[in-house]
Amino acid sequence: MMTHITALGRWGIDTLEQLGKAGLLLFRVIFRVPNVKKGLPLTLQQVYAEGVLSLLIIVVSGLFIGMVVALQGYHTLAKFGAAQQLGPLVALSVTRELGPVVTALLFAGRAGSAVTAEIGLMKATEQLSSMEMMAVDPLQRVISPRLWGGFFSMPLLTMIFNTVAIYGAYLVGVKWLGLDAGAFWSNMQTSVDFHADVINGILKSIVFGLVVIWIAVFQGYEATPTSAGIAGATTRSVVYSSLAILGLDFVLTAMMIGGW
Amino acid sequence: MTNLVEISNVHFQRNGRAIFDGVDIVIPAGKVTAIMGPSGTGKTTLLRLIGGQLRPDQGKITVSGQNVHTLSRKLLFKLRKKMGMLFQSGGLFTHLNVFENIAFPLREHTKLSDDMIRSLVLIKLEMVGLRGARDLMPSELSGGMSRRVALARAIALDPQLIMYDEPLSGQDPISMGVLVKLIRTLNDALGLTSVIVSHDVTETLSIADYVYVIANGKVIGHGTPDAIDQNKAAQLRQFLDGLPDGPVPFHYPAKAFNQDLLEGIVT
Repeated sequence: MMTHITALGRWGIDTLEQLGKAGLLLFRVIFRVPNVKKGLPLTLQQVYAEGVLSLLIIVVSGLFIGMVVALQGYHTLAKFGAAQQLGPLVALSVTRELGPVVTALLFAGRAGSAVTAEIGLMKATEQLSSMEMMAVDPLQRVISPRLWGGFFSMPLLTMIFNTVAIYGAYLVGVKWLGLDAGAFWSNMQTSVDFHADVINGILKSIVFGLVVIWIAVFQGYEATPTSAGIAGATTRSVVYSSLAILGLDFVLTAMMIGGW
Repeated sequence: MTNLVEISNVHFQRNGRAIFDGVDIVIPAGKVTAIMGPSGTGKTTLLRLIGGQLRPDQGKITVSGQNVHTLSRKLLFKLRKKMGMLFQSGGLFTHLNVFENIAFPLREHTKLSDDMIRSLVLIKLEMVGLRGARDLMPSELSGGMSRRVALARAIALDPQLIMYDEPLSGQDPISMGVLVKLIRTLNDALGLTSVIVSHDVTETLSIADYVYVIANGKVIGHGTPDAIDQNKAAQLRQFLDGLPDGPVPFHYPAKAFNQDLLEGIVT
């Protein structure tokens, strides 16, 4: 009994210590005087590595998810004679929920895991230590550009996902199942509110992006510098990010529906 | 002769285990000082303590008269510009080629023109004999070449102090010979102060001006290579002569063998 209580206590202390370290890391990255001349090119490189290189999976996933939602939605709406409402159904589902959530989950799997593994390997091969000994701060040179790169990439990827998903729904609903294009677009335009639906979705994506990339850089930076340590850190990065996205989605949705 | 590094009564623990228990070492300027000892005695830890990457539990470490562990982050980074460190794995940036690896500290800390940086990088590469390898990626280099590139990078900013972490381990005889020659030549030609952490006895004694041997958290012997070689202390002899048993036992501490075997028998 005492052993279990001791283990629980140790787990609690370790968890709090990790949270504290993660908070300090975020604080030190965000609240530092930016070096625009050196930092901007590095951040743009990371926007490419984390954002542009994630485009393929985002576009393909967006297209298929839009098509599936349209297909399922059409058959359900048709039972009630409301097939013309397919446009609003898809647009609201995608902009409010599917866009930010699925993009963030894909981003965690594609870019977050890569960032964790890269930083972990840099640590294991003493690249971070050698940088420190060259009087170059790894937080500024390695962590900060990756964090900001992810932060800027996620909303852009979400917008692309949303656009492609809606286009996928258009292909299925209008081009395949024969809905009227005018009704599809005009019903969508009438039902979707730019602030309540689109902007709130983008806000979600900004929060998800920050959390995913924060978890990714922290797990890499704190990884045990062994092959098993890096494997564990990469797994934790994806698992924690996924859980954080789904948990935060509920919280944010509740806040947004409640009008903040 | 002045001392560039002074380590006074340093105590350091990790996971409850004492790595250093009152260590005193001085590194004279302009000399090659070797710090030797069996694996796991904290030789690399000592270099990290000198570089300010770790903090001692007790004691003082000064470099150029500055207490490393009381400096602000900014002053510590300024001091580190006067230090070079060659890591055991080389620590080369895998996404940069040889040229860019060596140019890295120059680009970070100077405002030199690209032409000047190119010239400096080529000079450093020429010193280590790898000017022709400037366009290779780290993955295309052999172990010995990686360390030479890392050495060129470590001296890119013309430091006062250069620290070598196991520079000779795992090297073939030719690479080892090249590195031994380079360490000595660079020290004398550039007026550096060198600290070599190693357990390669013969090669290290051949280039060192002064040697410290550490074991069990303490300095168990120090002196010139000749003096160390003549020292009869049992623990020192076991290390220098590579004896399998002695003060450092062959067996890791365990209960009696008979007792261990009997405990496994189900009665």
